[in-house]
Amino acid sequence: MTPDNPTSEKHYLRLRHNVQHRLSLVPILGWLLGALLAVILEQLAGDYLVDALDMDKMPSLLGILAIAKDIKYFLWQGWDQLVIIGKMFAGGAFSGVVSVPDPFQTPRVLLYVFLVYFLPIALFGTLTIRPANWMADKLSKLPSAVSVIGYLILLYLVMHIWADMSAYRGMALRFTLIAVMLTLSLNVINGYMGEFSCSHPGFMALGAYGASVVTVVLFANDKLFGAALLPKFLAPAFFPLALVVGGAVASFGALLIAVPSFRTRGDYLAIISLAFLFIVKSLIENLEIVGGPRGLKGQPDLASLPVVFTWAVLCIWTINNFVRSTLGKALNAVRDDEVAANAMTVNTRRTKMTAFLFGAFWAGVAGGLFAHVLRYVNPATFGLQKLAEVLAMVYFGGLNSVYGSIVGAVSISLLSEALRPFELFKWVIIPLLLILVMIYRPTGLIAFREFDVRSVLKPKQNPESEV
Amino acid sequence: MTLNLQNLLDFQNIIDALQWGSFYALIALGYSMVYSILMLFNFAHGDIFMVGAYIGFGIASLLVGLTVAGSLALPGWVILILTLLGAMCLTSIVGMAVERIGYRPLRDAPRASAAITGLMIGIILEQGNLILLGAKRRSFPEIIESQTFSIGGVDITNIKIMIVGVSLAFMLALHLFIKKNKWGMAMRAMAFDYLVVPLMGVSINAIARMTFAIGSALAAVAGIFFGMAYPVLEPTMGIVYGWKAFVAAILGGRGSIMGACFAGFLIGFIEIFVPLVFPSTLRDLIAYSIILLILVYRPHGFFGEPYSAKLRL
Repeated sequence: MTPDNPTSEKHYLRLRHNVQHRLSLVPILGWLLGALLAVILEQLAGDYLVDALDMDKMPSLLGILAIAKDIKYFLWQGWDQLVIIGKMFAGGAFSGVVSVPDPFQTPRVLLYVFLVYFLPIALFGTLTIRPANWMADKLSKLPSAVSVIGYLILLYLVMHIWADMSAYRGMALRFTLIAVMLTLSLNVINGYMGEFSCSHPGFMALGAYGASVVTVVLFANDKLFGAALLPKFLAPAFFPLALVVGGAVASFGALLIAVPSFRTRGDYLAIISLAFLFIVKSLIENLEIVGGPRGLKGQPDLASLPVVFTWAVLCIWTINNFVRSTLGKALNAVRDDEVAANAMTVNTRRTKMTAFLFGAFWAGVAGGLFAHVLRYVNPATFGLQKLAEVLAMVYFGGLNSVYGSIVGAVSISLLSEALRPFELFKWVIIPLLLILVMIYRPTGLIAFREFDVRSVLKPKQNPESEV
Repeated sequence: MTLNLQNLLDFQNIIDALQWGSFYALIALGYSMVYSILMLFNFAHGDIFMVGAYIGFGIASLLVGLTVAGSLALPGWVILILTLLGAMCLTSIVGMAVERIGYRPLRDAPRASAAITGLMIGIILEQGNLILLGAKRRSFPEIIESQTFSIGGVDITNIKIMIVGVSLAFMLALHLFIKKNKWGMAMRAMAFDYLVVPLMGVSINAIARMTFAIGSALAAVAGIFFGMAYPVLEPTMGIVYGWKAFVAAILGGRGSIMGACFAGFLIGFIEIFVPLVFPSTLRDLIAYSIILLILVYRPHGFFGEPYSAKLRL
């Protein structure tokens, strides 16, 4: 879009400037309300639109899956066409025709996403700059706990209505939230503490099994543990307890690693934690009481979206407060120079220990949630593949940054859903992407950035000023 | 389950342990050398071992096939030597490519980032193999006819003896190369201080490339021997055996050639002898617990120097 004559170029630049300016004035509140409008719109009119556009079904994750399927079709088809053209040159006879796939969805999906999500959010956001900023200003004057909870309820409503449309969305959303928790907790160890821990899937497994054993013993009629001990309606009340037990088990495992490995610095933790991962996996495989290699099933259906959302928010909140506290700053000091930190009265050993156990606790909680979303755990899940996945999320998003962890976890989860049609190529594309990120931004996309909720939520414009 | 002491002392088991130990030792050498030069874990090395095994499989199948078809008349040992040489050359090219793509651009980056690229390259190699050849297990062709000798009631095959002997010869050759050769001296100097030695006119790129090439060639040898001894190849073998060899490299002492060999054989012995005493499902559990205990009491491994604060993170 580069017009030839200078005046129209000037118009174009001014337009672009104006759009950018207006977009920058929309507060988070405006975007959230716009998103709420969009998901309500989809709830009401989505099915009609699907029919009107003659689509197969509603695009699940913003249409990325359908687009990926089409791209795959074209790549595979293109290969076939190349073969046909090659044969044509070789044999002299043209036998094939270039065809368009029958279920070609991309333009319709894009139109759908534009109409249902993009247009309402953008229009609502830009048209309500003044009232939204006014409301954001009023909210920011309230006690921050109240306003933040208000925002979270709004965010949850958006997610809930969006996920309500299909079971797949709910599943994907819950797994993404769990991935955020895992990534964040690993970032405490690998980013903020600067060690290289490989045992995160192990902590996750400990948490998953710890929490599952509690809920299965108490609330499920199970072959391994016998009849339920407590009536079922108490289950939601005991679920937090089960998760905390899972987290505590994971923390205890972390203690076993931490005691020997924090005597020396460096790569030592990497090795010990790797050995620990294998030991945990092998131990669970040999424990017949929890099902051995066949896994443990029968967890009650407790990890619904509001539960997972609450825990994810709790996790982000605690970890963000932790890393911004004095202890978190001490952790950074230990990472940068342990001797100097020690000289500055930081108790380095205690600091590292606390952070490590803290990270492991949240990994355990995430593992417990994971087990209850899937309602089945298997020791084979928590292997090196999982390790590679979590490490990819942490290093893609960025070290030492809560933002980065959220971005990394969400984007790798989305990417891994989107690349599902490519089957085996999925785990070629994601590693390639990560290698490129590592080469051009060795610490990840958004590294070393503080996450300040108040500055995120604050109004973008003084309500008294002109638009 | 009966604990049979006779079993433990059986020479059969000892030779098996030596054979497995030579695989682990040969792979561990690659980890150890890269660590000593670049202070990096080459997490792709296990998959380079897998690639080496598959390249060896390809060459050996080709040569054996041609011999069977009658268009070539090569004795088994010539095929073996050709396979070894060919696979070593090709795998070292793969190793150098890994260094060029994954490690050289990240030489000044945090070490963890390079570890991540290594891990990702390993995944790409494994998945690439799955895409190219499928998940099917391949059986390695019989290059040398297996002959069984019976010495004092103990059955030993010529292949096992050859594997252990040739592996030890390679380890000795590497040791001599590093101690006596000028290039080996450059490697030792680089391991001593990779910041100052380049100022003395030794190219760190050349040394790093050579280190990766040698390590990959040894991994290819291990891969071929693995294929001959246990004639099933699968794409996940790099992960399964590579990580154990990685642990061996650490256990031996980071950057110590001798330590890597010793720890490789130790892991071979643990792997063979633990199932004789305990149920075999506990093998990994007990093996890693022993390793963990050793590391707790000797944090820098058997032959490693106490850890210095030479960190780049």
